[in-house]
Amino acid sequence: MTVDIRLAADTALLADAEEGHEEHHDTASIVTLGFWIYLMSDCVLFAALFATFTVLRGDTAGGPTGREIFGLPNVAIETACLLVSSFTYGMAMIAAERNRKSEVLRWLGLTLLLGLGFLSLEIREFADLVHQGFGPERSGFLSGFFTLVGTHGFHVFSGIIWMLVLMAHVAYRGLTPENRTRLMCLSLFWHFLDIIWIGVFTIVYLLGAA
Amino acid sequence: MASADVMHGNAPHGVPHGDGEAHASVRGYVTGFVLSVLLTAVPFALVMSGTVPAATAVAVAIGLAVVQMVVHLVYFLHMNRASSQSWNMAALVFTVIIVAILVIGSLWIMYNMNVNMMPGMMPVDAT
Repeated sequence: MTVDIRLAADTALLADAEEGHEEHHDTASIVTLGFWIYLMSDCVLFAALFATFTVLRGDTAGGPTGREIFGLPNVAIETACLLVSSFTYGMAMIAAERNRKSEVLRWLGLTLLLGLGFLSLEIREFADLVHQGFGPERSGFLSGFFTLVGTHGFHVFSGIIWMLVLMAHVAYRGLTPENRTRLMCLSLFWHFLDIIWIGVFTIVYLLGAA
Repeated sequence: MASADVMHGNAPHGVPHGDGEAHASVRGYVTGFVLSVLLTAVPFALVMSGTVPAATAVAVAIGLAVVQMVVHLVYFLHMNRASSQSWNMAALVFTVIIVAILVIGSLWIMYNMNVNMMPGMMPVDAT
């Protein structure tokens, strides 16, 4: 028993030296690892959707091909929104480490706006396609497209809801250890969505338009 | 504590350990951001300008996407080889293997099904 405690203390000390001086470090790192494993399972979900999309890519059933319907300038702006939002979230994390609550809220607010910008561009793109009669029911290619890109978009939407709730938590309770853990988990989620988007704009849009 | 840093090769270079943030600095995020912008702009420019053959553009886009994913993992998600990260890294490596099997396996099987089972190739009058 004594040995166990000793070992845990050493581990915590080591982790402290490496990862900054957070309180409740043990719990926080276990929660973060658990959340990371959820993200990895999400990754497998997206892998299945990417595989499905790629298999169905040529099955246009007389409907439009990617080259005909994808507007790359729009995709470039969406990409810029997500990329800048990853950066602004990083700044929020740094502000949290420096214990500057209002700065954290400002950066989170900016991240939220960029996320909303991305989402509104995507919804507009989807609405345009459906309006032109190119909805998911038109062809296998479009089913795959809407499922893959829509699932990513839904994740971004969930992230935005989460960010709103977290901002309220931080605003009312401050940068408590619990809120820091939540900030860390949402950080992983948000950066993870940006990584998935790299796959989306490359596999779906760039390869589709090339 | 200093020895732990040296042991894991995690000591910030030339930066005092005051904030203890070897892995999350403004500089790190800026580096990651600038690299990402470059790695995004190049494939977009290649495809949108249409100056190179499609096959080249596709190969470059996929290659740069993989590089950009690694850049994000390192600079935004702070994956590194520190021992405190070993479980995160193990989960990531496992996931990459599963994803590779899933994607490559699916594409391989479906490609062969398409090639071998197209209508017209079926031995209709064999029965």
